[in-house]
Amino acid sequence: MVALNGKRRIVIEPVTRVEGHGKVTILLDENRQVQQTRLHIVEFRGFERFIQSRPFWEVPVLVQRLCGICPVSHHLAAAKAMDRIVGGEKLTPTAEKMRRLMHYGQFFQSHALHFFHLVSPDLLFGKPGDPFSGFAADVAIRNVIGVAAKFPELAVQGVMMRKYGQEVILRTAGKKIHGTGAIPGGINKNLSIDERDFLLKDVDQMLAWSRGALKIAKDYTVEHLDKLASFGSFESNHLSLIRADGAMDLYHGGLRAITADGQKIFDHVDYQNYTEYIAEEVRPWSYMKFPFIRSIGPENGWYRVGPLARLNTADFIDTPEAEAARKEFMAVTHGRPNNISMAYHWARIIELLHAIEKIKELLHDPDLQGNDLVVKGERRDECVGLIEAPRGTLFHHYKVNKNDQVVMANLIVSTTNNNEPMNRAVQKVAKDHLSGVPEITEGLLNHVEVAIRAYDPCLSCATHALGQMPLTVELRDHQGNLLDRKSKG
Amino acid sequence: MSTAIPRVLLIGYGNPGRLDDGLGPALAEAVEGWGLPHVTVETDYQLTVENSAAVAEHDVVIFADAAVDGLPPFRFRRLSPRAEVSFSSHSLSPAAVLGLAHELFGAATEGYLLGVRGYAFNEFEQSLSEPAKANLGEALRFLERLLREGGFADAAKAFSGSSAEAPAPVNGVVS
Repeated sequence: MVALNGKRRIVIEPVTRVEGHGKVTILLDENRQVQQTRLHIVEFRGFERFIQSRPFWEVPVLVQRLCGICPVSHHLAAAKAMDRIVGGEKLTPTAEKMRRLMHYGQFFQSHALHFFHLVSPDLLFGKPGDPFSGFAADVAIRNVIGVAAKFPELAVQGVMMRKYGQEVILRTAGKKIHGTGAIPGGINKNLSIDERDFLLKDVDQMLAWSRGALKIAKDYTVEHLDKLASFGSFESNHLSLIRADGAMDLYHGGLRAITADGQKIFDHVDYQNYTEYIAEEVRPWSYMKFPFIRSIGPENGWYRVGPLARLNTADFIDTPEAEAARKEFMAVTHGRPNNISMAYHWARIIELLHAIEKIKELLHDPDLQGNDLVVKGERRDECVGLIEAPRGTLFHHYKVNKNDQVVMANLIVSTTNNNEPMNRAVQKVAKDHLSGVPEITEGLLNHVEVAIRAYDPCLSCATHALGQMPLTVELRDHQGNLLDRKSKG
Repeated sequence: MSTAIPRVLLIGYGNPGRLDDGLGPALAEAVEGWGLPHVTVETDYQLTVENSAAVAEHDVVIFADAAVDGLPPFRFRRLSPRAEVSFSSHSLSPAAVLGLAHELFGAATEGYLLGVRGYAFNEFEQSLSEPAKANLGEALRFLERLLREGGFADAAKAFSGSSAEAPAPVNGVVS
């Protein structure tokens, strides 16, 4: 905490294992009003160098070192890129459906983990009609163990849903981590009848629990809509992949970007040409770049990605229960894009339901037992692979030399795409809830965290630094004297 | 302990792409090679909620991780289950996983933390430093005898690394 020209700076330093280093600074003036906020994520750009000179076929496995939470997204984005190197982007039905099954398994476990483990403690312990009381509930119970004690059935469901998603990944990627399932031009295994039957055994239970999670997320959002509508919220552009017919497609499609009121900025863009549409701005105070839509420019061209953006960009969802849920979701904003940050949770659970519907549909598809696994065609030396990761659009861009070695790699991960939106969310919450307060209580600190958590940032993707630094908030007067300090591991 | 020969779960975790952070997975790989029938081995990048379900099915769980500081070659200590409040990490501490196993599944699993001292973490490379390899060898010799002969609680007293209480791991890193 530093005094700057009569202003005070509050520093929040959250750091997580094998993840990156995030820090929130909130600058107060002499009247304790929030003047400026910044979310810093320390980016260590070592990974691109790590994979340079490696054979291109190793990349789909190597990139999984980036992230312990969504390695499958990196595995598939890299595989989609390398499909193009071998001219095998038109996959066989078995290969594409196996990859999709793996991807939906990843969505299912990732969204379940986020909702039940990270978010539910913020949502479940408040007073009726007052969501902010939940954000500031007793920290001794506002955690996953507290959820386990008060809502044991819900906590067990969260664990078992996460476990089920991991089982899908194991049977499609070959391993729960460091999977090797997707290879350039296809897949290296199909799904045996035994594996299919194992996954079918619990799929209806997972579907039932997903419906229950949807009810919690929807009821919470609708019940508190008047207060949540402004919490960390702002109007923004939205970006995602979209299927040719306008359906939500988490695995493949063209890029669609819309404005805050739903006007199309571009549509069905071939992502091989993404650099013509998306650029990245560097700001001196941040290690992480700020992507923006070129045609609008950096000031207003930033956009949101992830569940909220995908619900906003999609014309429809191609599974019946998720589509019915999408219609209810869009009705809240009368068909306009939803720009409420806290609506990310409801959108995320609609996707959870969609993922398990797709898993069930695929498990009944005999193409998964096919043996035509790989295709190859004309060799290329540059490729882009895009996928909708659980947290949003993920870009992998590579160049490969004649010796099959990677000579260039550029990754834009979901959390980087949401860099500006997360900064806006922190700023809004800080100004609304921290201005003028005599001290930063743990509950107030958690308000800022709640706003960031809505985006489900994965710092291990965006940054690469190992450390052991607690979450610390310091409050000092304009002369630099320490008034208050809060820490969190 | 519900059986004469305890069912042991060993979870070696960390990122092998980050130099000595791969100590946990390397240790797990070696233990798996011993083929001990009462020992289940798992490897993961980091600990998450579903690990609690597997923990609950065993009498003893050993979390094996790289230690960013402390005495070489390793430390071994008993864990107490506990709740955890975190910012946005998607991972849990070993004590929190143990706490979930107890709270959610009614388990009485004993938990231990084996921290093998590492030295290099901040680059992307799939290899262990030479001092870390030496520490891994010492830890494996200790662990092989422990898994074959038992005596977990006594070993924790002898190898916690200090007479003072070891610092609690936060977010999994033994510090």
